[in-house]
Amino acid sequence: MSDNSMLDRAQRFLGALRHCQVLGMQVHNVDSSGLTLRLPYSTQIIGNPETGVIHGGAITTLMDTTCGISTVCVLPEFEICPTLDLRIDYMRPAEPHKDVFGFAECYRVTENVIFTRGYAYQDDPREPIAHVVGAFMRMGKGAQGDSGLKQNIDGAGA
Amino acid sequence: MSELNINALVRQAHETNNYDALIELIPYARLIGIECLRLGDDMVFRLPASKNNIGNPILPAIHGGVIAGFMEHSALLHLLMFMEIPHMPKIIDFSIDYLRAGHYRDTFVQCQVWRQGRRVANVAITAWQTNQTEPIATARAHFKVD
Repeated sequence: MSDNSMLDRAQRFLGALRHCQVLGMQVHNVDSSGLTLRLPYSTQIIGNPETGVIHGGAITTLMDTTCGISTVCVLPEFEICPTLDLRIDYMRPAEPHKDVFGFAECYRVTENVIFTRGYAYQDDPREPIAHVVGAFMRMGKGAQGDSGLKQNIDGAGA
Repeated sequence: MSELNINALVRQAHETNNYDALIELIPYARLIGIECLRLGDDMVFRLPASKNNIGNPILPAIHGGVIAGFMEHSALLHLLMFMEIPHMPKIIDFSIDYLRAGHYRDTFVQCQVWRQGRRVANVAITAWQTNQTEPIATARAHFKVD
């Protein structure tokens, strides 16, 4: 699949997730090696009012979404893949007033499960603020309730 | 916010059985809409159904990240309320297992502190919707509490 259609699918996927719109998340980059999303800094996601540092929950949402949508990098067409589990290790607190980027890749795809890993960073991807691993369940093509969503995300031409 | 402030807020909340001020303190908790319910000696946290918390629009289901954020913040509040921690606990790691879809309805959380050492606390967190014996997610978090 071309990087362009991957970008289209990732953007439509993200656009369908209401809470991600509330947080203002955007696709930063996508290619066959993985996906990067951007979470803009905003006062509504502050977790520590004394320091202005954002809440871990917002980072978890960023990374759950990044890992989940990174499945478009390895799947030929959209499949609903609910999160089975997710683990986040915090390397250091995020710096306030700066955007957070989430990168994720699928490092193993099986018939039933997709294994993803990634990290969150601000200025330098080599100094992540958090590392993440997550497993996602493959519900199979045409799983119940996904046809409308699939059409939206794969696009009319798919 | 000073250490005194948090402890005073917690004490006041317990005395008046009104935890709004403690919730209001944290913008993220206001954003997703966390509430506290005191049931005797237990504390149950509630996340009322809200359109802005939806992830999958088809089911519709609450975004998994919101469920995780709700659980993480409930654990933090639980530590502040019951473990007499003088300042904001800091998250070290967080691990969540999703067991069932979190449907578009109210979600509840209860926490259990399995161990609190001098520096680190281990908290188990359970989230459910219709029936506490059928959790939608379980999670485990470590917080730095010194």
